[in-house]
Amino acid sequence: MSTMIATRDAYGQTLAELGEENKNIVVLDADLSGSTKTSIFAKKFPERFFNMGIAEANMVGTAAGLAAAGKIPFVSTFAIFAVGRAWEQVRQSAAYPKANVKIVATHGGVTVGEDGGSHQSVEDIAIMRAVPNMTVIVPADGPETAKAIRAAAAYKGPVYVRLGRNKVPTVTAEETPFEIGKGVQLADGTDLTFVTTGLMTAQALAAAETLKGEGISARVVHLATVKPLDGDILLKAARETGAIVTAEEHSIVGGLGGAVAEFLGENSPVPLKRVGVNDRFGTSGKAEELLKYFGLMPADLVEAARGVVARKGK
Amino acid sequence: MDSEKIAQLQEKARQLRVDIVKTLHKSQSGHTGGSLSAIDMVTALYFQVMKHNPADPAWPGRDRFVLCKGHAAPALYVALAEAGYFPKEDLMTLRRLGSHLQGHPDSKQTPGVEVCTGSLGQGLSMANGMALGLRLDGSSSRVYAMLGDGELQEGQVWEAAMAAGHYKLDNLCALVDVNRLQIDGEVAKVMAVEPVTDKFRAFGWNVIDIDGHDMGAIVAALGQAAGAKGKPTVIVARTVKGKGVSFFENKASYHGVAPSDEELPKAMECLGEQCYL
Repeated sequence: MSTMIATRDAYGQTLAELGEENKNIVVLDADLSGSTKTSIFAKKFPERFFNMGIAEANMVGTAAGLAAAGKIPFVSTFAIFAVGRAWEQVRQSAAYPKANVKIVATHGGVTVGEDGGSHQSVEDIAIMRAVPNMTVIVPADGPETAKAIRAAAAYKGPVYVRLGRNKVPTVTAEETPFEIGKGVQLADGTDLTFVTTGLMTAQALAAAETLKGEGISARVVHLATVKPLDGDILLKAARETGAIVTAEEHSIVGGLGGAVAEFLGENSPVPLKRVGVNDRFGTSGKAEELLKYFGLMPADLVEAARGVVARKGK
Repeated sequence: MDSEKIAQLQEKARQLRVDIVKTLHKSQSGHTGGSLSAIDMVTALYFQVMKHNPADPAWPGRDRFVLCKGHAAPALYVALAEAGYFPKEDLMTLRRLGSHLQGHPDSKQTPGVEVCTGSLGQGLSMANGMALGLRLDGSSSRVYAMLGDGELQEGQVWEAAMAAGHYKLDNLCALVDVNRLQIDGEVAKVMAVEPVTDKFRAFGWNVIDIDGHDMGAIVAALGQAAGAKGKPTVIVARTVKGKGVSFFENKASYHGVAPSDEELPKAMECLGEQCYL
């Protein structure tokens, strides 16, 4: 298949480039800079990098203060801590004043792997999506991460970007457009649409190939931006294909699946299945094993696709 | 500082106490006690110490004030109105639907308010961020952050205290309004925070302990803070909750209660104002 790049690596590189281009970019980390890859920026621009120690609440508040002083702060730690430990600081200090704070969390989802359920954030998309003023982005691959980070830096206001730990296949092309709030169609199809985010987009593309052999034509719509939701692309998919399968490396509660179900339920109800972590916590294991364990493999998407297609017209 | 100037500031603080009581009486909702305990320090900041420009609230050269104890918003609002950030009549809209004067400070809505506070424990972190940002820019502007003593129970305050010491933020001055009371009663009984001075000293701060209603001491301490190099300064100000209105003083029950119709004229009398009802 295509090249394999971890989204966190793409983030680290892009952040260092941005630091060169814009001296208002500052970066904060909570003792995880080697893992989040902000260490690349830290080496190049030590005076604009602030290690805040293992104190995420203060880190987010400090970032809000830096934003108030005209800086563009990027805040990084693992998703579970950025969203979990510092939730109310994200809400009160960053989102409520519409502060120009970029929260770029790595190690989202179950593919964190061996560290286990304590470190596997399966609720962060739902939690961030519920916060007013917040933009939520979950890139599919390395190149898209680079575009997303640049878009986040250019956007005025709070942004949550969720990245992963492991290398993931590149599914977008260099020319694939990235615009906050806009989805992209990566494969066309007529019988159903996979609406996916993050690394599940690659799984859906693989599933679509398998389905082709069965005579089922699956469209793949990748929503890097979970909020604001691209309603146009969803309506088009619902009307033209008549069935939807959502897929995310996240709980099926409140994340991408929740957002799509809410939107289509109100605007264009069609058979819909949410694929994700089934309202449970993560567990230790290898990333690949966990994707299988939690039902996030192409085979699981194939089965979900058959199910929604069978429900059409009933 | 000459005694005449001190007397002028004391008179200003008295007038602002009157404004606080009138504002809260009109809104019939809000925090009386903690606004009255804080106002002498707020007065010294806005009318003596801070560089700021009410005609241009975003003036880059301004000093910044963060009201971490956001429930004392009336103390901030009356000072901003008096300074000319917005018309004084606006005070009478406090906490009403559509008012730019929210129950707790909102930087999106009120000219002169720097950040959103109200959820306790978050303001000092934001003040740290401002101080770091100003230092990066080589600015001589200073950042002032006012906390309550009950607020010190929030763990984030100590994360922020640690970070300010670590980053040697000498352009930052925190003021702790130690009025000794919180909603459920005495701070010492609910969750003891003393010794406050020792705690900040242990985190690498320059510590000044004063009477928070002694205008001369407040102004002197703020001047001393500006001269302290290599570490942030905290002014631990011993105050009286409800200060200036005898029947509000030292009563936890007036933490979040506005003056009634009956109390208003008595409060005005305490503050040396004619009854205006």
